[in-house]
Amino acid sequence: MHTQDIFKSDNSKGLLSIYYTAGYPNLDSTIAIAKKLESAGADFLEIGFPYSDPIADGPVIQHSSEVALRNGMTLQCLFQQLQDLRSHVSIPVFLMGYFNTVLQYGVENFCKSCQAVGVNGAIIPDLPIYEYEELYQDTFKQYGINNIFLVTPQTSEERIRKIDNLSHSFIYLLSSNATTGKNLEVGAQAEQYFQRLKDMDLKNPLVIGFGISDRETFRKATTYAKGAIIGSAFVRVLSDDDYMNKIESFIKGIKT
Amino acid sequence: MSKYHVNKKGYYGPFGGAYIPEMLYPNVEELQQKYMEIMQEESFQQEFQELLKDYVGRPSPLYLAKRLSARYGANIFLKREDLNHTGAHKINNTIGQILLAERLGKKRIIAETGAGQHGVATATVCALKGLECVVYMGEIDIQRQAPNVARMKMMGATVVAAQSGSKTLKDATNEALRDWINNPIDTHYIIGSVVGPHPYPDLVARFQSIISEETKRQLTEKTGNSLPDYVLACVGGGSNAAGMFYHFLEDEQVKLIAVEAAGHGIKSGESAATTALGKEGVLHGSRSILMQTEDGQVTEPYSISAGLDYPGIGPQHAWLYKSGRGKYVSITDDEAMQAGLLLTKLEGIIPAIESSHALAYLEKMTFQGNENVVICLSGRGDKDLDNYMKYFGF
Ligand SMILES: Cc1ncc(COP(=O)(O)O)c(C=O)c1O
Repeated sequence: MHTQDIFKSDNSKGLLSIYYTAGYPNLDSTIAIAKKLESAGADFLEIGFPYSDPIADGPVIQHSSEVALRNGMTLQCLFQQLQDLRSHVSIPVFLMGYFNTVLQYGVENFCKSCQAVGVNGAIIPDLPIYEYEELYQDTFKQYGINNIFLVTPQTSEERIRKIDNLSHSFIYLLSSNATTGKNLEVGAQAEQYFQRLKDMDLKNPLVIGFGISDRETFRKATTYAKGAIIGSAFVRVLSDDDYMNKIESFIKGIKT
Repeated sequence: MSKYHVNKKGYYGPFGGAYIPEMLYPNVEELQQKYMEIMQEESFQQEFQELLKDYVGRPSPLYLAKRLSARYGANIFLKREDLNHTGAHKINNTIGQILLAERLGKKRIIAETGAGQHGVATATVCALKGLECVVYMGEIDIQRQAPNVARMKMMGATVVAAQSGSKTLKDATNEALRDWINNPIDTHYIIGSVVGPHPYPDLVARFQSIISEETKRQLTEKTGNSLPDYVLACVGGGSNAAGMFYHFLEDEQVKLIAVEAAGHGIKSGESAATTALGKEGVLHGSRSILMQTEDGQVTEPYSISAGLDYPGIGPQHAWLYKSGRGKYVSITDDEAMQAGLLLTKLEGIIPAIESSHALAYLEKMTFQGNENVVICLSGRGDKDLDNYMKYFGF
């Protein structure tokens, strides 16, 4: 299947996406982890590029970012590592990180590099809609890079419609208004919110992230959305010395 | 509005904006929609002015420092923000923001603090209004600033140690923003300087603009002319300078001088001179000038003065710098300490080390005849006695 198709196709459901920070735990672990995740059954990936001041992240991803920076990870280094991405990995890959790093690398340069290595899109939480539309949308389009927007329980319907119009891949639905790594409690309120989004019948599929940590939360989330993203819970797996051998059982534990 | 103020989209030239994750959008948007309207309400203005007068002790004096003037050959006026309740200009902003928070129906207040001055000013207004207060402070700063931590606790605030990153002001700000993300409904974030996403830089500047509003009036009384030749202020994030410059921005003949902290020297690797060392970038929700690596990682600043120890400046300052309206200079630790001691000896006023940076720039200026100079004495030196003692060996 072509990388984008999994979001469009009606057949695919229960998609599992995994987030991890490039350069953590080791500088050169990025591709090895991606290969392992694909073979274990992950459906798409979010590779984080670290930033010194990750305000949307909780302690686990903050820590992985600090270690990655200490290991010497930069955007330049990441694109070098991803040079032969597509000879190793065929599932969709998104890069996730904060805007200042992209700004210093150069927004056009960033899009060009993403295109060159075969990255499908970017998730930049602190690049707001207004600035994206006014300043950067054309560049993203020119290089065919999908910008992924976040939606929270507090996002108004009008704004969700606008985000839907600007999106061409999926919409990243936050399980709650929170930083990463909090455990999701799918109570009546969250279910109501997921249902509300589902009923809006948006043109882009929904993928739920933040707080998805295990099989149970994954199952619940994917009853409402096309997929769900696991971040902190997976990054915790990487803190184990023997992480390469733990990845497969972690993924199998979620998906089966 | 003039070209030096924020436009409708939240920008000052290319700087400003609201570079925030979606989780903060509803809170920030609510502020954007309502701050002007609330600030213009008569009941707001009445309560604000009354508290500034009776609680803060405003207007703060404009003092002609005669012996200092004689030394430099100019008429040097000190705007005495050090005489405010809690000892610095910070309270002008926290009084304004607590009234705003009340009118927005918020029940819980969060703040970041470096040296503890803004934390104390926030804890103070929370005590005044009986609101819950949580202050984030870098773990290292908590150790360095024990008396201010005690003050905040006495006033009922909870002080939370920021453990992440470099464990100083920048990280305390990150923690406050994370708290706000996790408490989106009932919490207001009282940011301590003219930084952060729009509308904070404008909102804080407006609350601090009382400094230049009074100065103009006082100068007219004392000199017959509301306009001085020079206005000087130190810049950490830039709130006392923004307030000191505010009503002079359109008077282009008034020269505005903003003094940053050079630490051990601009080239020493231990400095907080943002305009000299920084590049355009995005931090804490706004686009401005920022000290960072080539890869866009924010670097750790250094200054002997905790209040100037911040790797960025507010977006309005970035614009005043870039447009040439303001002159941005820097002063080292040593120069500032000497200037602090000089003011103490000549005038019997012990300034905060932050303010000493502005004073120190007098050494580098040359005056012609009878020029009038206003310096914002942003705070008093009580909090810095330890530092002065160590430095001079008293
Ligand atoms: C006395 C004093 N002056 C200046 C500052 C710097 O802040 P700003 O640049 O926002 O005025 C501080 C900050 O703590 C301060 O306490």
